[in-house]
Amino acid sequence: MKLVEDFSFGLFFWQILVLIVLIFLLRKYAWGPILKSLNEREEGIQKALDSAEEAKKEMQSLKADNEKMKQEARQERDAMLKEAQQMKKQMISEAAEEAAKKADDIIAKAQTAIESEKKAAIDDLRQQVSQYSVEIAEKVLQQELKDKKEQQKLVNKYLEDVKLN
Amino acid sequence: MKTEYRFNFLFTFAPKLSKAIFMQFITRVCLLAIMILANSWLGLAKSEGDKDDQGHGGKVNTEEEVEAYIDHHLDDSHYFNLFSDGETGEHFGIPLPVIIYDFDNGLHFFSSSKFHHGEDLVEIDGQHYKLYHSKIYKTDAEGTITYDEEGFVENEKPLDFSITKNLIGMILASVLLLWMFTSLAKSYKKGQIPTGFGRALEPLVIYVRDDIAKPNIGPKYKKYMSFLLTVFFFIWILNLLGMTPLGFNVTGNIAVTFALALVTFIIVQFSGNKDYWKHIFWMPGVPIPMKIVLMPIEILGMFTKPFALMIRLFANMTAGHVVIMSLLGLIVIMQNWIAGPAFFGFTIMISVIELLVAFLQAYIFTLLSALYIGMAVEEHDDHGDDVPVV
Repeated sequence: MKLVEDFSFGLFFWQILVLIVLIFLLRKYAWGPILKSLNEREEGIQKALDSAEEAKKEMQSLKADNEKMKQEARQERDAMLKEAQQMKKQMISEAAEEAAKKADDIIAKAQTAIESEKKAAIDDLRQQVSQYSVEIAEKVLQQELKDKKEQQKLVNKYLEDVKLN
Repeated sequence: MKTEYRFNFLFTFAPKLSKAIFMQFITRVCLLAIMILANSWLGLAKSEGDKDDQGHGGKVNTEEEVEAYIDHHLDDSHYFNLFSDGETGEHFGIPLPVIIYDFDNGLHFFSSSKFHHGEDLVEIDGQHYKLYHSKIYKTDAEGTITYDEEGFVENEKPLDFSITKNLIGMILASVLLLWMFTSLAKSYKKGQIPTGFGRALEPLVIYVRDDIAKPNIGPKYKKYMSFLLTVFFFIWILNLLGMTPLGFNVTGNIAVTFALALVTFIIVQFSGNKDYWKHIFWMPGVPIPMKIVLMPIEILGMFTKPFALMIRLFANMTAGHVVIMSLLGLIVIMQNWIAGPAFFGFTIMISVIELLVAFLQAYIFTLLSALYIGMAVEEHDDHGDDVPVV
């Protein structure tokens, strides 16, 4: 009962008043701003961690992309090289073929030229032969009158020449 | 049965707490042993002291005087005593303002120096007031105090709204709290991380939020943070102030702890949702006769919980003060070269434990308040479970 006897209503009244005023003052000027700042900070940290994680993931995907692109580039290069090689071979073979064809052409042309030259030469020779024959005939005709024997000799001589030609 | 479960819950879910409570229990048992031992010594010292201490007048050096001194310290006071001269009986300190409201005589305001430490009566409008054992009574012109059979004072008491020593302590604690935490709040404007003293305060705020409020109240904890933080730091600072030589004993005053517990009680009842009231008046998941039996127990439980809060804080802090002052008193009473240093050592030891208790009691009060609020706001999804409602 001493406890009840000791109970001071005045002190109780003051305590309630002080506590309520204190709660409201601290809520406005201390707990509110403190808890808000703490929350903001924690959210900031969480956000930073999240974005770091995201950046990491992005990096990884970027890396993978890079690797893929590299692979592709390598493949493309290989293909290009292969194509070039093929083209080279083709070009070489084509060139060789063309060269052979051209050589053949040239040879053929040369042959035709030789042939035609030969023809021309034969024609020329024929003409000359005929000319010579005419000339011989002329001379024979001129000589006929002098000596028959001689004439025959001459004809033979000319004919021999012709034959030689 | 239900309360037992609740108790178990507390111990399983707060192992640190239970350890601390256990330690405190052990210390209390040890202290009790010391006290019993000390009492027998006191008796011895007293019989010797009767012979030796003739003519030493006002000095506090007998068992009765030490007891009176401790009682006086535990009580609230209208006078901020700094020290007293035992030889002449003079007191040095600050007289505090007295505010009394008498239903017959109205509101009065005067300095406590008028009482001259209870030696003089104060007469206002024909009414006489006497300061007797730190309380103000209405008396006749001679200042007669009458007692009933049980030894309690029968005189009428006016309502005493005086600015007492405990109120000064409260205001000091409030000013300290406001100063510390507004400066912490301001330090966040300069940067995200507080500097200086705020760096020590911030983890405590986070501790109350993450280890007291969040696990016990649940997702609705934000609404109760202001109350929990205020109560925690208020009690803690007052407990610590009680350990200074200023000699405050605010949290060891029943009116103070009653007020604190009453605020918790009111908050819990006003936070109670449908489930909370249902669990009190018509417990779900038990047979109807059980419901009828449980109802008065639960209604009683509504009041015993804050009552326990009140008594726990009061008893722990009062006990701490009594133990420390008794040990100091023993030095004075025994007056020899062995007991002096020994009890001085004991006092230091107990003071260190009291430092822990100062924190622990603030923690327990806040934790249990949070737990009770948690019970009131908890959403129950599955009824009919035999899992206890905590």
